[in-house]
Amino acid sequence: MSSEVTDAGVATGGGPTTVETPPARRRGGGRGAELRVALWFLLPALLLLGALVVYPIVATVVRSLFDRSGDGFVGLDNYADALGSQRTRHALRNNVIWVVVAPIVVATIGLVFAVLTERVRWATAFKLIVFMPMAISFLAAGVIFRLVYEEAPERGVANAVLTSVTDVVRGGGEYSGIRARDDAELQPIRHGFRSAGEYAPGDVARLALIGIPPDQLPDDATEAATPGPVDGALTGTVWLDFARGGGGEAGVVDEGERGLPGIEVEALRDGEVVATAETGDDGAFELEVDGPVELRLAGNAFREPFRGLSWLGPSLVTPSIIGAYVWIWAGFAMVVIGAGLAAIPRDALEAARVDGATEWQVFRRVTVPLLAPVLLVVVVTLMINVLKVFDLVLVIPPGSTQYDANVLALEMWRVSFGGGRDQGLGSALGVILFLLVIPAMAFNIRRFRSENR
Amino acid sequence: MSTRLGDRTGRRWWRLLGLLAVLALVAAGCGDDGDDTGGGDGDGGGGGGGDFAGETIEVAAVWSGAEQEAFEAVLAEFTDRTGAEVTFTSTGDDIATVIGNRLEGGDPPDVAVLPQPGLMSDLVADGALQPIEEIAGSEVDEHYSEDWRTLGSVDDTLYGVWFKAANKSTFWYRPEAFEQAGVEPPETWDDLQEVATTIAESGVTPLAVAGGDGWTLTDWFENVYLRVAGPEKYDQLVAHEIPWTDESVLTALTHLQELWSAPDVVHPESNGMSFPESVTTVFRGDAAMVFEGDFVAGVITDETDAVVGEDADFFDFPSVDGSEPMVVGGGDVAVLLTESEAAAELIRFLATPEAAEIWAEIGGFTSPNQNVDTSLYPDDITRRSAEALVEAETFRFDLSDLVPSAFGGTPAQGMWQVLQDFLRDPSDPQATAERLEAAAAQAYG
Repeated sequence: MSSEVTDAGVATGGGPTTVETPPARRRGGGRGAELRVALWFLLPALLLLGALVVYPIVATVVRSLFDRSGDGFVGLDNYADALGSQRTRHALRNNVIWVVVAPIVVATIGLVFAVLTERVRWATAFKLIVFMPMAISFLAAGVIFRLVYEEAPERGVANAVLTSVTDVVRGGGEYSGIRARDDAELQPIRHGFRSAGEYAPGDVARLALIGIPPDQLPDDATEAATPGPVDGALTGTVWLDFARGGGGEAGVVDEGERGLPGIEVEALRDGEVVATAETGDDGAFELEVDGPVELRLAGNAFREPFRGLSWLGPSLVTPSIIGAYVWIWAGFAMVVIGAGLAAIPRDALEAARVDGATEWQVFRRVTVPLLAPVLLVVVVTLMINVLKVFDLVLVIPPGSTQYDANVLALEMWRVSFGGGRDQGLGSALGVILFLLVIPAMAFNIRRFRSENR
Repeated sequence: MSTRLGDRTGRRWWRLLGLLAVLALVAAGCGDDGDDTGGGDGDGGGGGGGDFAGETIEVAAVWSGAEQEAFEAVLAEFTDRTGAEVTFTSTGDDIATVIGNRLEGGDPPDVAVLPQPGLMSDLVADGALQPIEEIAGSEVDEHYSEDWRTLGSVDDTLYGVWFKAANKSTFWYRPEAFEQAGVEPPETWDDLQEVATTIAESGVTPLAVAGGDGWTLTDWFENVYLRVAGPEKYDQLVAHEIPWTDESVLTALTHLQELWSAPDVVHPESNGMSFPESVTTVFRGDAAMVFEGDFVAGVITDETDAVVGEDADFFDFPSVDGSEPMVVGGGDVAVLLTESEAAAELIRFLATPEAAEIWAEIGGFTSPNQNVDTSLYPDDITRRSAEALVEAETFRFDLSDLVPSAFGGTPAQGMWQVLQDFLRDPSDPQATAERLEAAAAQAYG
């Protein structure tokens, strides 16, 4: 039973099946001829491996011991510089986040998709769609996600979705974006404004607001008017203290400036609302009060619409890029895990069901343990892949968060070929990256070996 | 069976190898041929007197397309006057490598037009350039301001004639937004603050800043710095003779802080905005002004529906703390690489207003030559930009092009990174200056 599962694992890993063939050839000619033939067969591979793998590794290690110009031997100084710099440590930290989060998320999503597609009618179509991102180059995928994560909801799909969902729940008010001048009589509070001072009956309150274009006012807004003082009542006006073409004095109702209709004005005493009024088309209001009060303009009219998240801002940029990575690789994980799933003996699942296990229990206690070897291969393979991540991090973040998103592979490239052109330090970074990949590689190789036995 | 197969494969391998060897030889032969003929052309120059009929000289520059055509019109005029044939070689962006290879091969072009001042001093250090004091010194004195002579000299010896220049001290704005807010283009930094505040009150975002691209922020800084600190300190800062923690840097950063941190002045998406986006944001109607060089006009024409001169206009970078008119920018300098007399004549020709006026009429060009008839520029915008350039009391190169590129020209590090962080959070100029100094210290080594 378990052997079948591991076979699936080997198939996905590809590779070492050819080991079996040499004994068959031994029956042929003499020993010398045999060696020659063997050499001929090995030569292309050896040449390629030597030129493309061994030589670059050795050359990189040697280069990492020399300075920027490549002439002066500096020993391990480059390594000390690399590990001592804030930049590398930041990149390293991001790499750790990547290695911990990305493979597990990809494998989890792949597992869920694989298990679910076993049961749906249009499984092939679904698999095809999920697998399709694999056919897109990382660079192109990066460009796509750069657009997806655009901050303006008019351009970025991610924020467009978020804002349209939140708009249904609560949209922005008709006066959203409006504000008071810094030195004005109004102070901003959550969803509104509050007067800085108190007003007594007989006073006339002039509450000036600014910051939205005059042509965006409601159609029924008319020229602002200041009501005269009224005995026993507090009067005032709320208006947009800016007319097209500017001019006019701050805090004074000038010609052409229009009132803000439909605003709730609340009179507060000791934090309690004692009277309310609504502004008219000219922005004027009248409140029946018997003593000094504070004023509050509040309500949904001032509510700011939700403008989405800054996906590519400093705090979200790495998770956002990991999201793009997951989009690309989930299909791969799904297909590999799906192959493993197909190799699980049905009778084990049936037996569990007959014994009265729920579907969740079958999944949790039977399917996942039987799939564990496959899952491990997927996670480890992805870990190796994730350590090398480069293109997405280069393409997706705008310049201002490139540093926040930085990873080792990108830093290596920047140091070697960017402004500094320090290929000694770049090689040192390359070697560090190589050393980080080795444990995962060793683990994978050991797994293949033990499975072959 | 398997051995026979092996042998046959072996023979094939040898055949393939043989073929490869032949190919390699042929390729090498071609290369030699190319070099030979190239050398022959170069030797064509030399000798001759006032009339250079029958001589051929070669000019190399980064220009291609429309710019190449316009420059070839200039060269055609030279041929008409002197009889010398001129061939133009477009080097692509990496002119340093191309010139370097040609020099190594012993066959440099006679004249090169270099887009970076640093490249000229590198070539002088290599001994590749001819001094041109005798050739064009009097023309340069006659037609250029003192700054341009200095910029064309290395260690007080004149090596280059600045033929083309770019003005990076311009604010581009939407007149419609200014009209709606009832403001006029500002002339001083304080005016700019006031204009920005008023535009914000009118309900329009005053400024789009391309914070996604670091180089635009270095241009902001340079323009303010040159105005608050003056050209001497500017040069010292370029050479890192004064630290970035100098009082003058702090003053410049504080000025930027005042503007960038004013309420509702900077467009909220500025931190991720690329340079083209910052331009389209303004001329789509989402902001009122954007700062960058004269090339903004090209972006407006290519990427928006706005018409330059009607829906888009510019004003000069405002004076800060009473500074004189100053321009930060770039340019292309013509240098002489051989002793060809016809080439020397071309250098002299390029220093005259007549040469510049040919391209000026075609458009897409501003000349640092102050005797160029500015009425020849095809439109008002180019004319004003060119006038600002030649009338400026002081001209300085883009600082970020003059410092080590690890500091001034690389994404996600040095000046770019620090200023991007400063735009995001302009609360601490002191800490920003210290970070700049730390990055500079590392890059200057």
